[in-house]
Amino acid sequence: MALIAFGLIAAIVILSAVFVIAARNPVHSVLWLILTFFSAAGLFVLIGAEFLAMLLIVVYVGAVAVLFLFVVMMLDVDFVELKEGTLRYWPFALLVGLIFLGELALVWATSGEISTTTFDPSPGGDTNAEAIGAVMYTDYLLLFQMAGVILLVAMIGAIVLTLRHRPNVKRQNVGEQTGRRRADAYEMKDPAPGEGI
Amino acid sequence: MAELGLIHFLILSAALFTVGVVGIFVNRKNIIVILMALELILLSVNINLVAFSVFTGTIQGQIFAMLVLTVAAAEAAVGLAILVVYFRNRRDISVENVDLMKG
Repeated sequence: MALIAFGLIAAIVILSAVFVIAARNPVHSVLWLILTFFSAAGLFVLIGAEFLAMLLIVVYVGAVAVLFLFVVMMLDVDFVELKEGTLRYWPFALLVGLIFLGELALVWATSGEISTTTFDPSPGGDTNAEAIGAVMYTDYLLLFQMAGVILLVAMIGAIVLTLRHRPNVKRQNVGEQTGRRRADAYEMKDPAPGEGI
Repeated sequence: MAELGLIHFLILSAALFTVGVVGIFVNRKNIIVILMALELILLSVNINLVAFSVFTGTIQGQIFAMLVLTVAAAEAAVGLAILVVYFRNRRDISVENVDLMKG
């Protein structure tokens, strides 16, 4: 039963991955990418790694794929022109892929049997998330913190790269705004009747 | 009938990795699809890590899969930011002209 489910989902993963790289329109590519990630999350659920499955959906589908969609739709690029001449790369690419797959098959053929007697998606905990948390916040605390630093650096880097100050655009100047005193802001006049200021 | 085993996940992961590599070669003009192919490759790595973690009864693989996920998200963010800046300067995203940026 599990094998049938695996076969079905794995077929969806591979097929949608192929469509990601073969689609004419990058928007379709992104949508196929989302399907790939969803199916991979399904595979993770199948073997009991539920936390990673949910993380895959939240991070990849919720953040990365939407980011890709944003950029693809924001850039006004003639994708048909980009697609021109890609047909002649296919034979070479397939050759490289076949060689690579052959090498991997060679590794399987020559490596010994891996002991997989202990099937356990959540060792040392009742649930998958508990098992991960028990190790991540103790043994791998430093790595966890570093992952946070990587995200921070990526965030700052993306902002610094894309931020630009155009001339002739009015911007809010917070310092000037808060430094303004009442005396600078207005002036009292006492015009005489019939004279104006 | 055979049981669902580690080898099935390894085969799937290898196939996914190969699709990603082929994707980089096929779409060598379109950097957006190259980035998507990179995401596919990282996903195949994650599948490998999680499969080994589950089938050998150790949790470490899932921790590392999470870290790979973090790096993948950071990479996508910075890569797309560079792409946006490049598009702003040149009005196209053809990879073939990137070497014009050399000093």
